[in-house]
Amino acid sequence: MTDTKPILRLDGIVKTFPGVRALDGVSFAVMPGEVHALMGENGAGKSTLMKVLGGIHQPDGGAIYMGDEQVVMSGPLEAKAKGIVFIHQELSLAEELTVAENIYLGELPRKSFGRVDWKTLAEKTNAILKKLRVGFDALTRVGDLSIANQQMVEIARALTVDAKAVIFDEPTASLTDAEKVVLFDVISDLKADGVGIIYISHRMEEIFKITDRISVLRDGQYQGTVATPETDEERVTQMMIGRKLDLTRNALHHELGDVALEVRGLSCGKLYTDISFEVRRGEVVGFYGLVGAGRTEIAETLFGLRDPSAGQILLDGEEVRLNSPVDAIARGISLVPEDRKGQGLVLGMNCRDNMTLPQVDDLTAGPFVAEGAEVAIFDQYRDQLDIRTPGWRARVGNLSGGNQQKIVIGKWLSMHPSLLIVDEPTRGIDVGSKSEIHKLLRGLAAKGYAVMVISSEMPEVLHVSDRIVAMYSGRIMRTFTSDEVTEDSLIQAISGLGGDGKAA
Amino acid sequence: MQPGALSKALKNGAIWGFIVLELIFFSVAGEFMSLSDTAFMDWENMLLLLKQSAPIGIIAMGMTIVMVNGNIDLSVGATFAIAAIILLDSMTWPFMAAMGDWAIPFAWLFALIVGTLLGALNGLLVWKTGVDAFIVTLGSMLGYRGIVFMFNGENPTSHLNWTLVDFAEAEFLGIATASWFLLAATGAMWFLMTKTVHGRNAYAIGDNREAAVNAGIRVGPHMMINFAIIGFLAALSAVVFYSESGSVNPNDGQLYELWVITAVVLGGTKITGGAGSVIGTFGGVIAIQLLRKGLGHIGADTSTVNLVIGLILIAVLFLDRQLNVKGKEALKV
Repeated sequence: MTDTKPILRLDGIVKTFPGVRALDGVSFAVMPGEVHALMGENGAGKSTLMKVLGGIHQPDGGAIYMGDEQVVMSGPLEAKAKGIVFIHQELSLAEELTVAENIYLGELPRKSFGRVDWKTLAEKTNAILKKLRVGFDALTRVGDLSIANQQMVEIARALTVDAKAVIFDEPTASLTDAEKVVLFDVISDLKADGVGIIYISHRMEEIFKITDRISVLRDGQYQGTVATPETDEERVTQMMIGRKLDLTRNALHHELGDVALEVRGLSCGKLYTDISFEVRRGEVVGFYGLVGAGRTEIAETLFGLRDPSAGQILLDGEEVRLNSPVDAIARGISLVPEDRKGQGLVLGMNCRDNMTLPQVDDLTAGPFVAEGAEVAIFDQYRDQLDIRTPGWRARVGNLSGGNQQKIVIGKWLSMHPSLLIVDEPTRGIDVGSKSEIHKLLRGLAAKGYAVMVISSEMPEVLHVSDRIVAMYSGRIMRTFTSDEVTEDSLIQAISGLGGDGKAA
Repeated sequence: MQPGALSKALKNGAIWGFIVLELIFFSVAGEFMSLSDTAFMDWENMLLLLKQSAPIGIIAMGMTIVMVNGNIDLSVGATFAIAAIILLDSMTWPFMAAMGDWAIPFAWLFALIVGTLLGALNGLLVWKTGVDAFIVTLGSMLGYRGIVFMFNGENPTSHLNWTLVDFAEAEFLGIATASWFLLAATGAMWFLMTKTVHGRNAYAIGDNREAAVNAGIRVGPHMMINFAIIGFLAALSAVVFYSESGSVNPNDGQLYELWVITAVVLGGTKITGGAGSVIGTFGGVIAIQLLRKGLGHIGADTSTVNLVIGLILIAVLFLDRQLNVKGKEALKV
C-alpha cells in the first residue's frame, strides 16, 4: 500500500470555536481500499473533523487533498459530488418518507418537469436493499422500521453513489449481530472496490476485526497513526486517554441497609417484561445492556412517567402506585435523566435556580421566592459535590458537562431522596470528570442512599456497581455480583447469549 | 386488524368521514330548523359551496406546502388585499385604461407578480435571517396590511369592468370560474407535492431538516420558492374573487390566514411539518365551508359559527393526539 497515493488526505486541519480549539493541526490520510479507524473519546474532535470534511464547518487552517488536488468543501452537496459519503451516527432520516426517498434524499432521479422517476428510484433502491439482505422494500415508510433497520437504511446511502471515500460514524451502535455481519460484508465489498473507508467507533473488538490502520485524536490533537496488526487494545486506549483504562471492579462494599426498592414482575407492554430486582440502601446496582434493552423505560416507570401493565413496585416494603413524577418525588425517588441538557436542566437558567427547581414551591417567604434559602441550598451542594462554577449566577449552559451533571445530581440530593436513579451519568463527559462522578456515586451509596445506575459503558458499570443487572431486549438475563462478573459473561448476557437461562 | 391500522385508516379518511357526517346532520336538521324550503344537499347549493370555498381554498393549497415544509405564513390575508388593490387600481392607470379590455390580462399579471414577490420576500427573510417563519410573517402581516391602509386610507378601492365580471361569473360545464381555479390550484399543487422532486424535498425538510441539509438539499432557496408559491396563490385567490366583486375594502382578507390554517390542519397536515396532503387540505376547506353554510342554513348566526368551528378544531386535534398515542406504555407528558 506504500506505493499508492492516498485517496483522501487531511493536512494540518485547525478549527477553533469561540474559546475552544476543537481541532489542532490534525493530519491523516486514507488509502484506497483501506479501512481506517478514527478513534478518540467523546469530545476529542472526531465529529468536528468529520464536519470539516463534509463541508459543514470550514477549517481555519490546513488543507484537504483528494488525490493530488487540494479541494475546498463548500457544503455537503460538494462533498457528495466529490464522492465522499457520510453514514451518520444520529439517524439522519425523514420518518414520514419511504425508504427509497430517504436513501436518495437530495438526489432523487428526475424525469421531465422535475418529476420524480419513481420506477427507477424503486428499482435502484431494491437492488441496494437486496445487497443488504434486509426484510423491507423501497416503499416502506421509514418511521415504521425498527431502529436497527433504520440504521441499515442509513448505511444503504453509502451504496448509492460511486463513492471514493465512505465515512461510517458509529454505524453499529444500534445493530444486532446479524446486521453487523452484513455491514462488515458491505465494508469489505467497498474495500475491494478501492474505496477508502473511515470508520469511527468506540468498540475495540470491531476496530481490531475490520480496520487496517488506526488514527487517534485526543482533545483535538492528532496522536498518531498505527497499523492495526501491530498494536493492541491497551496501547490504543493509552493513546486515547493518555493513561491506562481503569477496568477495576468495585472492591469496596459498604454495610448494606434495608431494601429500599423492590420490583416484582414489572412489565410495560412490549418495552420490558417480568422485571424483578431489589435495591438496598447503601448499594449501587448497575443496569447494563444495549440501547433499547428497556433500561431507561424501567427508570421512567419508577419515576411515574409510564404506567406499568403488570407487576408491583414496593418502596420500603410498601406497595406504591406512581402516577406521576410528583408522586415519585414525594416518595423519595429521583431520576437523573439520560439527556442531561434536554431533560435534566434548564440551560438558560442560572445554577442556583436549576438546583432548587423541584422545591421552589416550598422555598417561599410570604408570596415571594426566598432567595436566601435558595442560595444556601446551592452553596451547600456546591461544596459537597465540588461543583466548579464562577458563582450561582452563572448560566448552566456555560458549564462543562461534568459540572452540569453535578448540578442535576445536586438538585435531587437537595430533595433528600431515598432512591437515586442515574441514567447514563457520564455520557459526553470528559475522563477526569467521569471518575469524579463515579466517586460521587460510590460516596452517595456509602452515605446510605440506594442508587441505580444505568449505563452503556462497561468500565463504568464494573467500576461503580455492587451488583450488575444485565438486560437484553426487555428482559433481565442475569444478575451478577461485582465479585463474580467477568467481561465475557457480561457481554454474553447483554447479547442474549446468557447460558444461565432466561429467567435468571 | 393490526393495532394502529384502525387509527391510521381513521386519520387518512377522517376528513371525508367528517364531511359526510356534516352533510347528514345538516340535511336532517335542515328539515326541521331551516327557514327555507330547499333541501341542504341541493346540487345548486353544493356548486355554490364549491365556489364560495375558492378564496380560502386556493390559498390553503399554498399553505399546505409551506406547513409541510415546517413553516407557516400569517401574511396571506394582507397579501390577498394588496393583490386585490393592484388588480382593481391598475385598470384605472392611464396607459392601462387606454387599452380597454386588453388591460385585464395585464392587471391580472401585475397582481400575481406582486403577490409572488411579497411571498418571496417573506421567504427571503426566513432564509437569510434564520428567524422563525411565524415571527417573520407576523411582521409582514402587519406591514403588508399597513401598506393596504396607506394606499387609500379607510376607503374602498373600486373599479368595475363588466367584461371581467362576465368572465368571473361565467360557468363552464356548469361549474363557476372560481371553482375551476380552485380545482386547478388543487390539481397543480397535488402534482407538485406528490410527483416532483421539489415536492418530496418539501416533506423531507419539514420532517428532518438536518437530514435534508446533510443530503445536500438547499433548504433556504427551497423554502423561498414555497413562500413565493403561497404569495402567488394568495394573489390568484384575490384575482378570482375581486374580478367578480370589483371593490376591495382595506379590511378584506383579515383573518383569512386563520381560516386557511384551520382548513389545512383539519385536512391532516402536521403543524410541525413533514406530513400532510393537498387532497386532505381540499377536504378541510370543504368541511369548513360546509359548516359555515350548514349552520347558516339552520339559522345560526356568524358568531355561533366561529365558536363551533373553533371547538371542532380543538376536538379534532385532541382526537388526533389520542389516536397517535401508542397505547398505555407510552411516555406521559
